[in-house]
Amino acid sequence: MIQTTAVIIGAGHAGLAMSRRLTERSIDHIVLERGEVANSWRTERWPSLRLLTPNWQTRLPGHAYGGDDPDGFMTAADVASTLTRYARFISAPVRAEATVQSVRVAPGGFQLRAGDDLFCARVVVVATGACNLPAIPAVAEGVPASVTTLSPLSYRDPDHLPDGEVLIVGASATGVQLATEIRRSGRPVTLSAGEHVRLPRSYRGRDIFWWLEATGLLAERYDQVDDLIRARHLPSPQLTGAPGGTFSDLNSLVTQGIRIVGRLGRIADGIAQFSGSLANICALADLKMNRFLTRADEFATASGLDRDLPPPHRFAPTRVDPRAPLQIDLTTGEITTVLWATGFRPDHSWLDIPVRDRTGRLHHDGGVVPGTPGLYVLGLPVLRTRASTYIHGATADTEALADHLQCFLSQRR
Amino acid sequence: MTITDPTVNNGVNVDALLGARDALSATPEAAEFTWRASCTWRNGTHSHSTVSGFTGLGGEQQHRITYEYDVDHPECFASEDNGATPVEFVLVGLVGCLTAGVAAVAQYRGIQLRSVTAAIEGQMNVLGILGADPDIRNGFEAVTVRFTIDADASRDELEALIAQSQKRSAVFDVVTNPTKVLVELA
Repeated sequence: MIQTTAVIIGAGHAGLAMSRRLTERSIDHIVLERGEVANSWRTERWPSLRLLTPNWQTRLPGHAYGGDDPDGFMTAADVASTLTRYARFISAPVRAEATVQSVRVAPGGFQLRAGDDLFCARVVVVATGACNLPAIPAVAEGVPASVTTLSPLSYRDPDHLPDGEVLIVGASATGVQLATEIRRSGRPVTLSAGEHVRLPRSYRGRDIFWWLEATGLLAERYDQVDDLIRARHLPSPQLTGAPGGTFSDLNSLVTQGIRIVGRLGRIADGIAQFSGSLANICALADLKMNRFLTRADEFATASGLDRDLPPPHRFAPTRVDPRAPLQIDLTTGEITTVLWATGFRPDHSWLDIPVRDRTGRLHHDGGVVPGTPGLYVLGLPVLRTRASTYIHGATADTEALADHLQCFLSQRR
Repeated sequence: MTITDPTVNNGVNVDALLGARDALSATPEAAEFTWRASCTWRNGTHSHSTVSGFTGLGGEQQHRITYEYDVDHPECFASEDNGATPVEFVLVGLVGCLTAGVAAVAQYRGIQLRSVTAAIEGQMNVLGILGADPDIRNGFEAVTVRFTIDADASRDELEALIAQSQKRSAVFDVVTNPTKVLVELA
């Protein structure tokens, strides 16, 4: 039995940031990691993936980007090497190859099992990420056996796909990026688009993430956003960190020869049926984008930036093809692959503590798990602010939760 | 936490709706509703339907009165035209749902409505239902709804109003998405 004050589960950006916070507070701890530091970035991301956030924004406690390309975007491999350097820089006490199989409440705190080792800790911080499992909708059961199905976790590159057309389900950053990459390989691609977030890569000469941060949008707190459930389930914006034009939106996909259909509603007898709501889905995305651009313009005026920036403008609306098919037969052999870019969910199944709600989600209040004192969670979308969804959000989140954790420990003494 | 403007009154009790959302999230069983209608054949294509009870909020509920509807086909289909056609009932359901949504969303967003009218059309090639052309579907090829709204709001705000109304509409979902339908003998 190994005794420690705190166990952090996961040595990704959030777990490492928390380790730094605990070290700052002289709280003795161990970081348990199932693989190496940044394991999911090494093993569960397709190689061409780049961060949506620019390098200058990739800050962590005690760390700022110091390279020569602040406006560039890290690849998955860059993120892995950055986090490896960070772990060394902060001397994080990481135990690699230690997969936590169970966590349960025990006298004086928690007991954790990882392989043959047992750990005893007064507090546990779950930092295992938000993207452990693909969130594949139940309609997937209707895909004919002759069609290959993939998730972004199992996708590597177009060379590993069967010949033939690919149906990508989902119009988040993942869906639009993979649609472009696969289309470029010469395959026909159809993309099924549900609710999505359309944003330009840059606006008035500044990266969109500069605007999202400068306007205060990313700083909006979880207990102040109008609709938290919606905010936490918002698809990632249609952006890419790969070189490209202003947009990775549906219009740009159409220009590349990608066919856009509505949200996948059902697959009956091998026939995929798509929603007729595509026009409204696109209108909602255009309206939402324009509301943010208006907020950006108001911010620029109020901050006296108008003289230094190009003038405000608006982009052409999303074009919707009125002939978009409402159904596609998956049994003809034309579509050989269905790629589920329908989002991810965390895997907390190894927590032997009744902290999940009826939908299986870990119930938390800004990262503090109610009813289980000493249990914390990090690295989930809009955990404490809208920035929590992105790497740099861990800076403020770990500060707040480390303070809470320290206060909890001092009360128990 | 509500941000409703007390000076705006579209006759929608937004606070009650928001309260219901919170209460039903806490007791998900009560959120399970079953809507019902019953239908009796009269003669020819004429039938008579009634709507009175439904299930929800954990029990049996009743409308204030029983609503009655005659359903038939027009005389040009060799029918007696004792009521609107079934597809027109679908249009009535869709436009009624969207209009209710417009009022509710406007109330929530503090937009005072003065008038809302809507024209709805469904295009259909009847060779489909007549079985004369297998490539033509039975149902609508397209449905268009045109709202005319007089309100204290910009055009962008009104566009957002009708977009949000579609997003939250049950009948819009029913019409635009596939639904499992089981029809059997009692």
